[in-house]
Amino acid sequence: MNLAVKDIRHNFGRFALTTVGVGMLLMIVMGMSGIYRGIIEDATLLVDESNADLWIVQRNTRGPFAEVSRVPANLVHRALAVPGVETAREFVYHTIQREREGKPIRIAVVGLSWPTDKGESLPLVAGRALARNHFEMIADRRLGLPLGERIRLGKESYTVVGITENMIGSAGDGLAFFTVADALDIQFDIPGEAVRLERQARFVRGTLSDLGRKQPALTETAFKLPWEIPSLGPRQISAVMVNVLPGTTPQSVAAVLAGWSDVSVYTAEGQRELLLLGPVEKVRRQIGLFRVLLTIIAGIIMALILYTLTLDKLHDIALLKLIGAPNRRILGMILQQALLLGVVGYGIAFLIGLRIFPRFPRRVILTDGDLMQLAAIVLVISVLSSVLGIWKAIRVEPNEALSG
Amino acid sequence: MDNGYAIETEGLTKIYGSGNTEVVAMRDVTVKIRRGEVVALLGPSGSGKSTFLTAVGLINPPSAGRILIGGELVMDGPKALMETRSFRRRYIGFVFQKSNLIPFLSAIENVQIALEVNNWSASASRRRAMELLEYLGVSDRADQSPATLSGGQQQRVAVARALANQPSIILADEPTAALDGRLGRQVMELFRKLAHEQGTGVVVVTHDHRALDVFDTVYEMEDGVIRRSETDAMRTISSPVEDDQKERGAT
Repeated sequence: MNLAVKDIRHNFGRFALTTVGVGMLLMIVMGMSGIYRGIIEDATLLVDESNADLWIVQRNTRGPFAEVSRVPANLVHRALAVPGVETAREFVYHTIQREREGKPIRIAVVGLSWPTDKGESLPLVAGRALARNHFEMIADRRLGLPLGERIRLGKESYTVVGITENMIGSAGDGLAFFTVADALDIQFDIPGEAVRLERQARFVRGTLSDLGRKQPALTETAFKLPWEIPSLGPRQISAVMVNVLPGTTPQSVAAVLAGWSDVSVYTAEGQRELLLLGPVEKVRRQIGLFRVLLTIIAGIIMALILYTLTLDKLHDIALLKLIGAPNRRILGMILQQALLLGVVGYGIAFLIGLRIFPRFPRRVILTDGDLMQLAAIVLVISVLSSVLGIWKAIRVEPNEALSG
Repeated sequence: MDNGYAIETEGLTKIYGSGNTEVVAMRDVTVKIRRGEVVALLGPSGSGKSTFLTAVGLINPPSAGRILIGGELVMDGPKALMETRSFRRRYIGFVFQKSNLIPFLSAIENVQIALEVNNWSASASRRRAMELLEYLGVSDRADQSPATLSGGQQQRVAVARALANQPSIILADEPTAALDGRLGRQVMELFRKLAHEQGTGVVVVTHDHRALDVFDTVYEMEDGVIRRSETDAMRTISSPVEDDQKERGAT
């Protein structure tokens, strides 16, 4: 006869409510772990998905995911000239916030190096990859933009031609993929009036300078659009992604690129580590501490619940001792109830979590490793939390059953 | 080494506290209770009845004196000569003022648990428990929860539990206090029937003087001292077991 199960069946309502409570608490612990994994996954997603061997970024910066990085677009051609480099692609990454149907929408804009990269490798769940080098975009489902929707960004409108799933930026914003040219247009969108004023200002500066006065044609050139002026530099991109030839190690190419004094170079793994040590590190530690605190709180609450359940049974425990029940049978009952509380609570946490976590604004990723780890922790706190109840049960004297 | 006595005590004394706070709850109690004998223990509150009951029930060790159960020396002063819990499990049954059934077990499981803790298998313990419930006339309520049973039915289940391991002695602490007169008498008569049919010694602490005719022997306790009741002495003159009773020493 299993006394633990009999007692639970007798007080099923109370046990059910208690386990739901413990389950909700464990769900939060589980969720914290999932949020932590989600942040890491989101942060490293682009690095992992881009499959680049090397990242060339602005000198002395940690790359476009950690801070602002600006390199000239023609860096791609310099990189391609390095022995051992198979491909070099432009990379543009920035975040914008606009309004859609009266609500703010944050978009992490990624530029694809057209025509080398049209987004075929992206995990498309609907639609297609980019087919034109302008005015098309692939949006993540999290952005809530349906296929065919046209959204105005800057001076142009872009049509959603493909939908991805779980493509999230390091800040938790849904990713949208454009060609590099479109991504730069969106990034450097300047109102017409500002363009006119800048052109006017350049013209005035030219006319006031000695060179302008001596060569009036120069002032006319200064009045042109920026990309029509040879003396102005090319447009700036965030980074250049490099893939090396088979048989060449990324380290050997990186050693060459590291000699360039205007840029810094990182391997994919290095970029990933920088991400985790930089923007993610504090969040990771904060969530880790919350996890530890919540686990301790869950343990304390479980211990109090089991202690209370034991207190309610003290008379029955005294009676069992009086009729000669060995301690192991009584303690086994408390321990089994503790384990049942933990196991059922864990199951509830998992089932509720599966339904609730997908509704969270940021991704909550439950990995097998984390779930196993939490299961082990729950087993340990179940055993530890029963200690208080067991201690009380051991101290009960059989003659307490006589007190009525 | 069964000498026909369910329980024997020699010079049983219990002292609580020490020095100025010393209280003698039981003084030099010597009693012999035969198998099959039904004994009533009367006395006012604080007279030492419960102390006696818990001492012979191996719950509360005496300060001095000896306790023999089934002829076997179990307690020598405060020192237990064997593992009291397992001894209690095998040789002693308890019945209380309230039925003291475990609320989360059914009637039959309340009886079964006493057998299972004595290493009976689940099926054998269920069979034996059902036999006992049938014997006590509550088998039709076997699967009911204690809360759904009447006071008398609960007390019968408690008696069945006490009898489960065929104990040498049943110790009952005011078992009829929560019952009306008719049910109380039924329970007392049940004890008598059990004692005589199964050879179990029964000690009943009671305040109920209406059913004293059920008992073979009546003792009274006052200020920790036990003596054979005058009522009992008068009653046993015509008793067919008079000779036996003369051997039952009461000091």
